Amino acid sequence: MMSKITEKLLSLVSDWQGGFSGAYNIREDGMCAGRLSTEHIQIESKTDKPGLDIIVLPGTKGETVYIPACVTHGNIDDLVYNDFYIGEGADVTIIAGCGVHTEDEEDARHNGIHRFFLEKNSHVKYIEKHVGTGNGTGLRKIDPVTEATLAEGSTLEMDTSQIGGVDRTTRKTKATVAADAKLLIRERLFTEGTQYANTDFEVYLNGENSGTTLTSRSVAKGDSVQEYHSKIIGNASCTGHSECDAIIDDNGVVKAVPELIANDGDAALIHEAAIGKIAGEQILKLRTLGLTEEEAEAKIVSGFLK
Amino acid sequence: MLTLEHLIWTAPGGQRILDDVNLVIPDSKLVVITGPNGGGKTTLAKMISGLEKPDSGRIYLDGNDITDLDITERAKLGISYAFQQPVRFKGLTVRDLLELAAKRTLSEEELCDTLSKVGLCAQEYINREVNASLSGGEIKRIEIATVILRHTKATVFDEPEAGIDLWSFQNLIGVFQEIRQSLTGTLVIISHQERILSIADEIVVLADGRVQAAGPRREVLPGLLEEAESCPKQKG
Repeated sequence: MMSKITEKLLSLVSDWQGGFSGAYNIREDGMCAGRLSTEHIQIESKTDKPGLDIIVLPGTKGETVYIPACVTHGNIDDLVYNDFYIGEGADVTIIAGCGVHTEDEEDARHNGIHRFFLEKNSHVKYIEKHVGTGNGTGLRKIDPVTEATLAEGSTLEMDTSQIGGVDRTTRKTKATVAADAKLLIRERLFTEGTQYANTDFEVYLNGENSGTTLTSRSVAKGDSVQEYHSKIIGNASCTGHSECDAIIDDNGVVKAVPELIANDGDAALIHEAAIGKIAGEQILKLRTLGLTEEEAEAKIVSGFLK
Repeated sequence: MLTLEHLIWTAPGGQRILDDVNLVIPDSKLVVITGPNGGGKTTLAKMISGLEKPDSGRIYLDGNDITDLDITERAKLGISYAFQQPVRFKGLTVRDLLELAAKRTLSEEELCDTLSKVGLCAQEYINREVNASLSGGEIKRIEIATVILRHTKATVFDEPEAGIDLWSFQNLIGVFQEIRQSLTGTLVIISHQERILSIADEIVVLADGRVQAAGPRREVLPGLLEEAESCPKQKG
């Protein structure tokens, strides 16, 4: 029987409505709170370290697998290794949210190390949502590591967001992309108070006609600090595009450091970064529609991070 | 009805942009305010919507003094303003913006109705972000749609022709003619396009911060056209 806090966190980070339809594994304070494999998607515990092997059989189409993790109180430092093996030609959605909660002075931390192995022509939509809750003074920390290996013709669409309440996060994503494969990453980050977020992308475009698009949008309010690093390495005829847009408010600080390395004459790499306050004219426009200044700001921020 | 009394406004650099403007803009007529660049047209539009406040003078909407109300309060009271350069938003979609304007959720049918009025196909636009990917003509139409949806007592369009191509502009004339036909409140267009002047009921000429002429189109327009034609001869 899982706790009310876990149920609340699950509803915030995944499609939880009292249950999941499809394969799932719910991790609660480092333990398994429920698991279901299906005919095409097998979930097995690792034997050498904490974590799971998630095996999606070749040709599996249209299924969703849920791998959420929750930390429900302080003094927990949860570490998990999850490996996803995506068979040739499979097309699936993976939802792997994480929520951390503390009501006392002890820290609550989740560190999820996810590795993806996409076989030829497979397609994965990976949705990862992070949230921190609770009134404790202990820090809520989530430190995800994502490593992806994309075989020829495969596509990984990664949609990752931190929607609030996480005090410290270091997010590392590393990928190697083979011929005709595509990696699309869409990140959304929100920090406030004294929160700190560090995002680090490293993508190796190794195959002919490989490509990546990294799009990060973030809002830093209060005294929060964010750092964004992206590194795209073009080792073949490829296309890489990274885009970092940040809104700063109050005393928020954002540092964006892009790095592009073209090791091949036919590598086409682009980076765009923009950091600034909410444009005054955006607030004026929404005020002419009858919104107050505060309502306009809230609407602009929520739209930006949608 | 909008009434402007003795409006004076001085730019931060000290230049007097509005110099005792007095004007009554009646209901149910399309009033076009025209005049040379720098004559005070956009400033006047901003005075009405509250984006700028006058140094002195009063503004009335249907007899109520709105001079001291801010932008939000005026919007709630019934003033709409279409920006000369529409604002772009990363993240907000066309649907988001239209629903903010309407202050409610809109059905597909309502979105389609509104967008088709400004010559856009709803299917192609409702989920698009109102960002830099939209052309000048597209964003202008969306801006106009946000204003149409509000159904307010007074609407000001600030140079709708600015920043759009000729093809889009031709279609926009049709949009304004349609708005004119179903008009109940006050409609003001700031423009120096002859095509827009030609559909006006009344024309106001603003130059050097003052109303130089105001009256029915048939009285004011011929003088304006003569003046425009005479310029090259004088220079030549």
